Amino acid sequence: MSRKVLLYGLLCLLCVPFVFPTWWMVTSSMKPISEIFSESLLPSQWTFSTYEQVFRMQPFGQQYWNSLYIAVIVTVGTMAVAALAGYAFARIRFPGQNVLFVVVLTGLLIPSEVTIVPLFQLFQSLGLTNTHWPLIIVPIFGAPCVLAIFIMRQFFIALPPELEEAARMDGLGRAGIFYRVALPLARPALGAVAIFTFLHSWNLYLEPIVYLSTPDMFTLPQALTQFVDIYGGPMWNVQLAAATMTAVPILIVFVLAQRQFIEGLAHTGVKG
Amino acid sequence: MTAVVPAVRAVVRDRAAFWTYRRRDNLVGYLFVAPALLGSLAFVLIPLGLVAWYSLNEWNVLGGTFEFIGAENYQQLLNDEKLRSSLVATAWFAAGLVVLNLSLALLLAVLLNQKLRGTTLFRTLFFSPVLVSLVAWTLVWQLMLQPEGSVNGLLGFFGVDGPNWLRGDTTAMVSVIVVQVIKNVGLNMVLFLAALQGVPAPLYEAAKIDGAGAWTRFRRITIPLISPTILLTSIITIVGSLQVFAQIAVLTQGGPGTSTTVLIYYLYQQAFQFHHFGYGATISVLLFVIVAALTLLQWRMRRKWVLHES
Repeated sequence: MSRKVLLYGLLCLLCVPFVFPTWWMVTSSMKPISEIFSESLLPSQWTFSTYEQVFRMQPFGQQYWNSLYIAVIVTVGTMAVAALAGYAFARIRFPGQNVLFVVVLTGLLIPSEVTIVPLFQLFQSLGLTNTHWPLIIVPIFGAPCVLAIFIMRQFFIALPPELEEAARMDGLGRAGIFYRVALPLARPALGAVAIFTFLHSWNLYLEPIVYLSTPDMFTLPQALTQFVDIYGGPMWNVQLAAATMTAVPILIVFVLAQRQFIEGLAHTGVKG
Repeated sequence: MTAVVPAVRAVVRDRAAFWTYRRRDNLVGYLFVAPALLGSLAFVLIPLGLVAWYSLNEWNVLGGTFEFIGAENYQQLLNDEKLRSSLVATAWFAAGLVVLNLSLALLLAVLLNQKLRGTTLFRTLFFSPVLVSLVAWTLVWQLMLQPEGSVNGLLGFFGVDGPNWLRGDTTAMVSVIVVQVIKNVGLNMVLFLAALQGVPAPLYEAAKIDGAGAWTRFRRITIPLISPTILLTSIITIVGSLQVFAQIAVLTQGGPGTSTTVLIYYLYQQAFQFHHFGYGATISVLLFVIVAALTLLQWRMRRKWVLHES
């Protein structure tokens, strides 16, 4: 009994640094700026004008849309590229396979910051700076996709070969086997890939600040740091209101689907 | 795809069935890996080659100069006082992050693996920071770590006079590490939890009968059996720690002084703030070599301490 109380006490204590920042972010976004550094857990007077200010100071709706549509395209694109490559590396035998796999895997070793200078040159020469193309194309086909390919390969390798044999007897070609048999079974792995990829794109910070230069093209992480008054001082409560709007929708989706979410990730980890 | 195959077969029928199942399979294999492979070439390997080439040149974007200087950038690398302090900062950051992240993740996983009501709730709470967008999370902590912020408010509650966290050399480094660990420890916790649930219960029963205490069981059974997960998480965490940029850019901008200027932030300063692309490329090469060497080293070491690794 006392062991249980001790455990609960420990868990609650450990929870504080995980939960408090989010609580503080949400409540402080509704405080007047003079109260940001007060000790109170709740605002003495609730104000929502900070939320209006977010939209007045920046094209925040547009920026929200930018982040969202980029993340969705990157997620879908990565799932497609990674599923195809992961399947081929796991299940199809073709000459040069191992060499090609190693070539692709080098992407895992290269932080995106290392190649950002030549990539910036490339997109500049194509006239694609201050567009969203670099933020879409590079993650789908470049280094960030490699982890997804690896996860998919590990999943397909564990698939029993009898399933494919049966489908082949039924006259399905390789593409048919992939699309009708293997892919539907890969749903958990695809789910994990989707979560990783979405979060990665949603959090991207260095790439946007390197490639994008006008506020209506900005993505959310970049926009969050730009709420300053005319003297360049940060407007904390407005920043917090914007931060709340970027964090809370995702947290709500997570709480609703947390079981599938966490177990999907965990599964992949064991096999990976 | 399936519609193409009969047509192909019809065309080549009289040439003794060139498109055997094997050949068609090869073709499909190449087609499937083509997008990833071309992407790797265009966005990883060729840029990496270019970085190596740039590092042999003096390239100042503002001055518009680009000139071959051989190994001079590398010589500068060896004599760069700031680079040396940046490497020290990187080592401290990576070591602190990995040790704190893995031990906290394991502790949380063990706690959540007890037969206890409400563990799902706690699991959700510990995991939630993973989903808060990185810059939002960092902004919040930046405010909470101000001298009159909530962290010191909480410490004051216990009669402790908290420091100005982001303005002291050591406290700034500690802050950056802790903020990053709390943000991401949930991922490793979930992986450890899955691994712990895969350890067969009879092993513990048997050890208990043999008189092994809780700590011995943990060290002799749990740790060896989850060692593949420890390897995986430590590789991901170490490589990840070398790529931490946004947190430092928002929290400390590498300061105070250069105490939190890790390699990746120094690279950003040289290339994009001082416009020394050539020297920036040289630092990139160094970063790549470090990441590759660390990964290789850990991969080699796995035979020594990871159980059942073929």
